[in-house]
Amino acid sequence: MPPLARRNLFHDKIRLTVTLTGIVFSVVLIVVELGLFVGFTLTTSSIIDRSNADLWIVSRGTPYIEQGSPFSERKLYQVLATPGVAAAEKHIVRFSYWKSPDGSERGIQVVGFNPHSTIGGPWDVVAGDAGELQKPDAIIVDEIYKEKLGVTRIGEVFEVNGRRARIVGFTRGIRAFTTTPYVFTSFKNAQGYADVAQNQTLFILVRAVPGTNMKRLQADLSARVTDVDVLTSAQFSRMTRVYWMFTTGAGIAVLIAAVLGLVVGVVVVAQTIYATTMDHIREFGTLKAMGAANIYIYRVIITQAAISAVLGYSMAMVVSAFIVHASQSGGAAILLPWPMAVGIFFLSLLMCIGAAVVSINKVTHLDPAMVFKG
Amino acid sequence: MQSAISVQNVTKTYEEGASRVPALQGVDLDVFPGEVMLLMGPSGSGKTTLLSVMGCILRASSGSVRVAGIETNQLSEKELPAIRLGHIGFIFQGFNLFPTLTVGENVELALDLKGIRGSKAKEEARRLLALVLLVEKYNTFPSDLSGGQKQRVAVARALAGSPSVILADEPTAALDGHTGRNVMQTMHDLAHKHGRAVVVVTHDSRVLEFGDRIVHMEDGKIVSGQGHAGTPIAKIPPHSFIESSIPPAIRA
Repeated sequence: MPPLARRNLFHDKIRLTVTLTGIVFSVVLIVVELGLFVGFTLTTSSIIDRSNADLWIVSRGTPYIEQGSPFSERKLYQVLATPGVAAAEKHIVRFSYWKSPDGSERGIQVVGFNPHSTIGGPWDVVAGDAGELQKPDAIIVDEIYKEKLGVTRIGEVFEVNGRRARIVGFTRGIRAFTTTPYVFTSFKNAQGYADVAQNQTLFILVRAVPGTNMKRLQADLSARVTDVDVLTSAQFSRMTRVYWMFTTGAGIAVLIAAVLGLVVGVVVVAQTIYATTMDHIREFGTLKAMGAANIYIYRVIITQAAISAVLGYSMAMVVSAFIVHASQSGGAAILLPWPMAVGIFFLSLLMCIGAAVVSINKVTHLDPAMVFKG
Repeated sequence: MQSAISVQNVTKTYEEGASRVPALQGVDLDVFPGEVMLLMGPSGSGKTTLLSVMGCILRASSGSVRVAGIETNQLSEKELPAIRLGHIGFIFQGFNLFPTLTVGENVELALDLKGIRGSKAKEEARRLLALVLLVEKYNTFPSDLSGGQKQRVAVARALAGSPSVILADEPTAALDGHTGRNVMQTMHDLAHKHGRAVVVVTHDSRVLEFGDRIVHMEDGKIVSGQGHAGTPIAKIPPHSFIESSIPPAIRA
């Protein structure tokens, strides 16, 4: 087939620029909003997802990780006595207060874990030593929040809940959805920093013996340990995500913005493709007079839309790559996993082809006799 | 001899709001292979409407329209494009070339519609352009051609797929005298050398000498020149509008 679609598209460079600008704007907006949604979603449950635990034991009715309630730490021994349990550790995640030397205070979330185990601790430690956390007053914070917390180097001393806290290391990329930074420390320190009584814990993290039937273990623990909920990491992660992304409305807000981006794209592309179709309406009439079936003409219009989609998407991905990269050093990371990028490509294609429907409808009802009118 | 197009008792009425406009009233006409038929008459006489009906672009309100022996007035809207594609080539007053395609690609597009693609399409396009003496313009865009050259490209395009009927609407209207004659000579050759049935709607008295039959229309009716093969047909229509525009040499 002669390149009628491509030639018509590139014939009017100004209109093509407008079309591509609309697509780029729309796709970048979708990438940013969906990327924020993905980033936020992963951030809300990162402490659970990166805990290396198979099961989370929480006080009964705990809806999400920030709402943990204290229960007796003696339940740890009931858990350890259950067949199929390879390891179990007490764990704290709770809000507290940070005070800088200049007197300023801000909220933080204290994460208390057993530094001798691999369950529930920080990840991506890029400076200092996580092993130091077994020492009194030792804490690790994330690089992203250095400025917010007034931290400049390892060894600096601050106050958490009125107690001494000494920086022994930094992580990179551990964000908190609530904008209150995570502060990792030992379980013992965390009890003081987070006002958790000596004989209590907020969570018990369980690692199962490899090959254990997780459903059975979950049921056994539920039967053995009273007044708690036994959740898989996946379950607790989902509950936490659903709360923050949907119950609070935060996730819906970004999704609405993504949908708006899609609508903008459809409107802009529909307008420019329609204008191009009208510019070439006589040619389509000629094609019809020559005996072209409607499907032949649809193919021309859809090809124009598809070429616009591919070009616009490619340009948008270049812009998006810069934005995604720039966001990594900020408090809200925009993520662009490759399946999402592929999905957005097909969405862009659908958006442009869908926008061509108005034009297709126009040529469907085109009277070929118009070619005889001067 | 079987007619290439046969129109019998055809009427066409346009309905515009509450009013009904009769564009064709009881038209009978046969067009035969190997002849050039000129359709003439004042504006609004129904020439282009008749051409559109013969070309299966417009459906007659009543009557019979047969193209290559196929009764077309009973076909559905979806079936009519196939008739046009298989049997009819169109030449338009405004050339209607695709400006973003080269001369060669314009002809290839017509071939593509008929399922002829790739190197075969290029070869056939070159052959058709050679017929109209434009093969050297294969990679030229229409905007770089003269009016006469554009019309010749349109002729080559109309010949794609070897249709038995060529319908031309005012093919010389936008051309000067010399160029118009050249185009009409090509039409004449299409009929006499290649056996096509050629129908030309025209106001242009300069083309009279190229017509084998001249059919004159007024108010949606054929007023002279009507007939079938073998029936003597007047060459010069009687209406004063045409008489006054015919050079004396031609009229003689």
